[in-house]
Amino acid sequence: MTESVVSEPTSAAASAPVASDSPASEPPASDSTASAPVAFPQDRTCPYHPPTAYEPLREARPLSRVRLFDGRSVWVVTGRGTARDLLIDPRLSTDRENEAFPAPTERFAQVRNRRVALLGVDDPVHNAQRRMLIPSFSVKRIAALRPRIQETVDRLLDAMEAQGSPAELVNAFALPVPSMVICALLGVPYADHEFFEEQSRRLLRGPRAQDTERARDELDAYFHALIERKRREPGDGLLDELIRRQLSEGALDREELVSLATILLVAGHETTANMISLGTFTLLQHPRQLAELRAEQELMPAAVEELLRFLSIADGLLRVAKEDIDVAGNTIRADDGVVFSTSLINRDAAAYEKPEELDFHRADRHHLAFGFGIHQCLGQNLARAEIDIALRTLFERLPGLRLAVPARDIPFKPGDTIQGMLELPVIW
Amino acid sequence: MRIHVEQERCVGAGMCALTAPSVFTQDDDGFSEVLPGREDGGGDPLVHEAARACPVQAVTVDES
Repeated sequence: MTESVVSEPTSAAASAPVASDSPASEPPASDSTASAPVAFPQDRTCPYHPPTAYEPLREARPLSRVRLFDGRSVWVVTGRGTARDLLIDPRLSTDRENEAFPAPTERFAQVRNRRVALLGVDDPVHNAQRRMLIPSFSVKRIAALRPRIQETVDRLLDAMEAQGSPAELVNAFALPVPSMVICALLGVPYADHEFFEEQSRRLLRGPRAQDTERARDELDAYFHALIERKRREPGDGLLDELIRRQLSEGALDREELVSLATILLVAGHETTANMISLGTFTLLQHPRQLAELRAEQELMPAAVEELLRFLSIADGLLRVAKEDIDVAGNTIRADDGVVFSTSLINRDAAAYEKPEELDFHRADRHHLAFGFGIHQCLGQNLARAEIDIALRTLFERLPGLRLAVPARDIPFKPGDTIQGMLELPVIW
Repeated sequence: MRIHVEQERCVGAGMCALTAPSVFTQDDDGFSEVLPGREDGGGDPLVHEAARACPVQAVTVDES
């Protein structure tokens, strides 16, 4: 759910076509990348490990260069300390209307004509938008939502059990959990959740750019109609609250409200779904850690934190430099693109002991899976609650849960999207 | 030890309240604050972790 981190590399973006990098601003590449700059992003070889092709980047920690799909060379941050320093640096911008903003994929480049609320804007616009939403995502408010999340999880598992083994866990469980929760939080009628799931999926990974565009159009139209309806018959969701507090006071125009609703839906939906599906897969592939978790339920919050670090599903936060920045012995020039590889940052060997191990007893739990700085995921505590309740209940209710086919035969998502399983066939 | 939250900087991520709930809370607007009477940290060893976890460095711990 992240500024998230979350949907940064994928969701529809703003502005003019990408300008190519000016050669003049091209700094000398570091030794390790001089011969053949590593392409970014790349597909993972194992769904829970960073792509093996990123190995040279790891060696060049904390900062090196990568090549994007359009041939542009940008900085890649791979060290945790440097990442923390840079993500709180106001000279790095998330403004997607800036022509120099890097595009990680062709699809991203093609849909740059729309404004993205929150994670596509800098302060002060970002701050004004975020402040309206903060109260709804506080630790207390999320704690109050837990019974509702539990109910949703229970209902989905009831249905799965009634249907009987085998099941496809992505569609039967991982996707509907966050979909139902975000619908409830926003105040979207439950009857519309299937429409939501479908549009969200198309928005994030429709095979063609026009799928993303069409999904955006449909969601825009839907939210406009819903807002109209809610103005006549107010409810008690976050959207109702925003309408009441802002629209009537004129502090927020209709377009902005729709844009905020869309980003909350997208950021909160597929990201959490992927954590649930990939988290389940990862636990099933790590029987020792799963046994620890079963024996000691109090480990769950630590396990969620470790899974967030280990899986780093939003791998590639994007920024553009507004001014020159001296960092780690290099100078990031104004208009340079910068990408933060969370999968490498969260396995920085200088920050973590045995970073390649899934270890629920880790002393240093600090990670950047939700980003850092002013854009750090607004919904992170909602995500934590959902992952905790979903995984805890799943393994409790189905103690015999296992993969229905060999792990290597299970498809997972390509590197240019939020990471996760495409399918997860299970038996119990 | 003196703990302070700079509310102007706070972005409501809730990391302090999550990490050290005996010292930090969030007000009705979602902004973090130190619990009354806990300005000295109450001996909670997680205070430093909470300050480090704050994504905008709005939590300061004055050791003097």
